[in-house]
Amino acid sequence: MLTFTIRRLLMAIPTLLFISLIIFLILDLAPSDPTANLPLTIPPDVRADIRASLGLDEPIHIRFALWLQQFFVNEPLNLFEHWTGWNFGGEDRTRVISWQTRSPVVDIIAQRMPQTLWVVGTAYIVGILIALPIGIYSAYRQYSIFDQAGTFITMVGFSIPPFFSGVLVIVIFAVQLQWFPSVYDTTHVVIGWDSFVIQIKQMILPVMVLALQITSQISRFMRASMLDNLTQDYVRTARAKGLKESTVVLVHVLRNSMIPVITVIALGVPQVFGGAIITEQVFKVNGLGHLLIGAIQSGDLPTVQTLTFIFAVLIVLFNLIADVLYGILDPRIRYD
Amino acid sequence: MFDDSTSRRKLVSVSGLKMYFPIRGGLLRRHSGDVKAVDDVSFDIFEGETLGVVGESGCGKSTCGRAVLRLYDLTAGTVLVDGIDISTMGQGALRKIRPVMQMVFQDPQACLNPRMSLADIIGEPLVEHTRLSKADRLARIYELMDAVGLNRDFANRYPHEFSGGQRQRIGIARALALNPKFIVCDEPIAALDVSIQAQVVNLLEDLQKEFGLTYLFISHDLSMVRHIADRVAVMYLGKIVELAAREGLYRDPKHPYTQALLSAVPEPDPVAHDTANRTILKGDVPSPSNPPTGCNFCTRCPQAMEICRQLDPEFREVEPGRFVACHLFNENETAG
Repeated sequence: MLTFTIRRLLMAIPTLLFISLIIFLILDLAPSDPTANLPLTIPPDVRADIRASLGLDEPIHIRFALWLQQFFVNEPLNLFEHWTGWNFGGEDRTRVISWQTRSPVVDIIAQRMPQTLWVVGTAYIVGILIALPIGIYSAYRQYSIFDQAGTFITMVGFSIPPFFSGVLVIVIFAVQLQWFPSVYDTTHVVIGWDSFVIQIKQMILPVMVLALQITSQISRFMRASMLDNLTQDYVRTARAKGLKESTVVLVHVLRNSMIPVITVIALGVPQVFGGAIITEQVFKVNGLGHLLIGAIQSGDLPTVQTLTFIFAVLIVLFNLIADVLYGILDPRIRYD
Repeated sequence: MFDDSTSRRKLVSVSGLKMYFPIRGGLLRRHSGDVKAVDDVSFDIFEGETLGVVGESGCGKSTCGRAVLRLYDLTAGTVLVDGIDISTMGQGALRKIRPVMQMVFQDPQACLNPRMSLADIIGEPLVEHTRLSKADRLARIYELMDAVGLNRDFANRYPHEFSGGQRQRIGIARALALNPKFIVCDEPIAALDVSIQAQVVNLLEDLQKEFGLTYLFISHDLSMVRHIADRVAVMYLGKIVELAAREGLYRDPKHPYTQALLSAVPEPDPVAHDTANRTILKGDVPSPSNPPTGCNFCTRCPQAMEICRQLDPEFREVEPGRFVACHLFNENETAG
């Protein structure tokens, strides 16, 4: 297993370099202009100077190499110096700078990450906790009223986009009932019980919207996987052994059914980091999805490039984690 | 041999056993018919004997075996095991009786939980039904592994690491764990290599002698049933058409279906093979969801009479210990 993991990590390096090149090329081909949002009164030659000051007049391979150096050498060194307090004598090291704010992209990401993890991460956990029992029970009582209702609700959850369900819950719970705020306040600091309650209240609506989608997806997987296993012969063997029905379902069937579901859950984690672009937008959660959409709109290529690349790293990493989990959970799979 | 069996104790007594599976169709999944997998079957099994059940694929042999162990909820009929009526018992109460009756399944790969080690598979019934200490349990697991001829070093391996024959031994050891009196062997050798079949059948015979077991041996291999069974029941389309002591049945089959079945057994002698007078049945087995009126076999029977298409023949004793369901013998009886 260890050699497999190391081999996969080594193989990930060329993969990720290739991905970063593709992202860079796509962004370069896109007809976006970082000066497009500036006032129209600025004359064209000044605009050209602004572009030159951003380094856009350099040929593409130079710009890509510079980004590689900034992201893979300068930023890690910087981080290392920051953590250890040592100095490698690189005061003039250029960092990946956002064209919008002129501050280092990595610093902005570090600021935005907690909001996303709180809201989207909570939604992910809540969604999984609701989805698993629903999936298990609907499979165990296939075609029962519970199963039919569950199928209906998950279909609704699948098919209603968050820009609709988000606005809908705002109209119901924030405008009509006035239970929860419609906007997530990222400057809110939890210092005591009262502020904690406010934090929970402002999280409920975005978490609800996201959890609906996550629950729908995972409960369907859980149900399908349980159904697969419930009809297997070893379940009959377990019943013939005279085991309790709860042992048969929750030990024999569930353990085997969890293998594909855990993989799906692991593969979904990068989405948590990626943020929910639309939901963050609807509830004004100042997270990574919000950052990405803003950066795309203003043609802030370094931010878009860096964020997208970090997502790619997470996806590659969690694919590996899913594979390793598979090997741990299923004794039939051996990688060495 | 058979004559004195009436004085022996009946361990299992089945009467009027019916197992129908509902067919649901249409938009609302309405009950539109039944698959009559087992339709009014009665037989007794005496302590210490082996009752063979033969018949072609889909005739209800396996369903019958599972129904006798109450792995299904019966449609009708009574099943007495060791003097206890289990036909309407709830699954909770049934659990306490499970140790008495066990099953060896057809597919040794599918019937073992892939995520449990051999020791866990064999030991689980002990955990569930006994209060053995951990050390005693392990001792019992080793004892069972010795009994079925498995190396003790294999205890921590998983089912997929074994060959088919070894897996079937695991299944047998599992079934033996709680000292059952009655074991249903559901085609235990059908999925095995011919060279392994003999080993497993001999093992079953040895275990029967050693532990005084009673078997219901389900197979479509007529020669193997001839080898292991004391009495043989022949099934066709959910019904037993003939039930007799082994020697009598193989020497002088009464029912036209039994005759056809036995004439299909391959003959090792080439000369006899070429000159054999075979009864070749025409047509296919009718659907068990829509059996013919009258005798189930009348559509293919070479000796079908008018009455066969109208009246279902009674399953009656034509000679002591010899039961046949055929109008030919009803007539003989009335004529003679």
